[in-house]
Amino acid sequence: MNAARCVAVAVFRESIRDKVFYNLVLFGLLLVAASILIGQLTAGQDVKIIKDLGLAATSIFGVFIAIFVGISLVSKEVERRSIYPLLAKPVRRAEFIVGKYLGLLLTLLVNTGVMTLALYVILFFLARGVPEPIQRAWDAPALDPALLKAFALIYLNLAVVTAVALFFSTYSSPMLSAIFTLGIYVVGQFNADLKNFDRIVDSPAAIAVAKACYYVLPDFSKFDIKLAVVHGIPVSNMFVAATAGYAALYIGALLFGAIVIFSRRDFK
Amino acid sequence: MSAIRTRALSKDYYVGFWRPRPYRALDNLSIDVEPGAVFGFLGPNGAGKTTTLKLLMQLVFPTSGEAEILGRPVGDVTVRRRIGYLPENPYFYDHLTAEEVLDYYGRLFGMSAAARRQRVPATLDRLGIGAERRLALRKFSKGMLQRVGLAQAILNDPEVLFLDEPMSGLDPLGRRDVRALILELRDQGRTIFFSSHILSDAESLCSRVAIVAKGQLAAAGSLADLSHFQVLGWELVMSGVPPTALDALRSRARRVQAIAGDRYVIDLPPDGRPEEVARELSGAGATLVSINPLRETLEDVFVRRVAEVGGGARR
Repeated sequence: MNAARCVAVAVFRESIRDKVFYNLVLFGLLLVAASILIGQLTAGQDVKIIKDLGLAATSIFGVFIAIFVGISLVSKEVERRSIYPLLAKPVRRAEFIVGKYLGLLLTLLVNTGVMTLALYVILFFLARGVPEPIQRAWDAPALDPALLKAFALIYLNLAVVTAVALFFSTYSSPMLSAIFTLGIYVVGQFNADLKNFDRIVDSPAAIAVAKACYYVLPDFSKFDIKLAVVHGIPVSNMFVAATAGYAALYIGALLFGAIVIFSRRDFK
Repeated sequence: MSAIRTRALSKDYYVGFWRPRPYRALDNLSIDVEPGAVFGFLGPNGAGKTTTLKLLMQLVFPTSGEAEILGRPVGDVTVRRRIGYLPENPYFYDHLTAEEVLDYYGRLFGMSAAARRQRVPATLDRLGIGAERRLALRKFSKGMLQRVGLAQAILNDPEVLFLDEPMSGLDPLGRRDVRALILELRDQGRTIFFSSHILSDAESLCSRVAIVAKGQLAAAGSLADLSHFQVLGWELVMSGVPPTALDALRSRARRVQAIAGDRYVIDLPPDGRPEEVARELSGAGATLVSINPLRETLEDVFVRRVAEVGGGARR
């Protein structure tokens, strides 16, 4: 797997040099900072709003990176033909795909890490200026360790989105890959509704189709525990572990599909 | 054992969206390239040269037939440690420098850090890439990118080198350097397989050539075999030829043409006995300047063989 590691490091290095990456991180940080201002306008709710905005910004900008870097991971190499000299080296196509995936995962880890740190720093300074009795009235402490669970699940969510983007990028153009991945992302947000389709519809065929869609498409609502964490509702470690298992299964299937498609592809 | 061997290698591409139909880019190609040879793979544009190279690099998969490099099937990843490949109009990563690109490829070859530190600058030096090696590749000209392409192809000191149009985009100095590099590698016992449509390159470098047209092998063999070194005629250049001698000459020569003053070029048929003509003209007061056999060139062979197949690209 030396080749996969080399490819991953190259992807990470490229994303770090890519100005888009800095823009997104900067924009995310600005949004977190802006949440402080919004917090000033909403008496007593500032901690909740800052946490909510911080988590949402991490998620949204992470998804942007996952989709827009993810779709170009393979297609850019194919379009610009830099894949020709690369695949003539001792690199298996599967190693190339895995390397590309791990490289972007590493980039997203740094991105999510920076966002996490930024949010904790903001919350630390916010809590410092608030008297103890008021802090006790909050649903959850400012520096709540449960936030880490929310960040972990956001990261897993991004890992699945990246796998979806990479899967499409192995055989489709960047534009189509972006549309497909965004589509899957949006559908995935509402996928949980399909599970309970039988409560609204009577047709067994429609219910069967809805159920099939539910099991085939990713259910991204499972990764969203922002509301619970912000309001101090406990999220069990078991739930986090089960969601991680779900993500691993989904990522495994997508990477397997991407490798199968890519291994048979002709580069004309 | 051949360094490169293909047997009935064919490739169909499918064209058309609604009703895809096959388009045969390569048809039953069987060639053998001996170790240590400089093998020219020639053909007009669209003849199937790049497709063949891509099949050998497993960038595309054959519809039928098989190919081996160094006795191993082309799908064997381990054999790629022992080969180098320069694609046509190579493109690398814009954001990286020449040094970084080579370092990246060195890592993919599994070279140690110490080996890369030694090998990368040495290879760049060999290709004449100087201080610009620390510039991002987006600032490189086409010719410089071609040099980087050659550098990455020889980075691992390959036993077999595949070059797709290696002279493309190079200025005369660059072409001379590449020719010298190919000959140097040949002297080191490397096998070089290069595609080109520039015949003078093949003539000055290759021990053997194959000509493809419309995806089919039109001819293969050594340059001597292909052109048979057949004498197509003789060209005499004489000076001080008296006008009286010219009239007698016109009946025996295919063409008599004045070059300047009393200097003439005389084109004789293959059985035109040039030494006799030269002796007779010398007797009449002329002086022999040069006498040259007219042989079939690779270009003549190329044009004839390609015409036999019926043109260039398969439609």
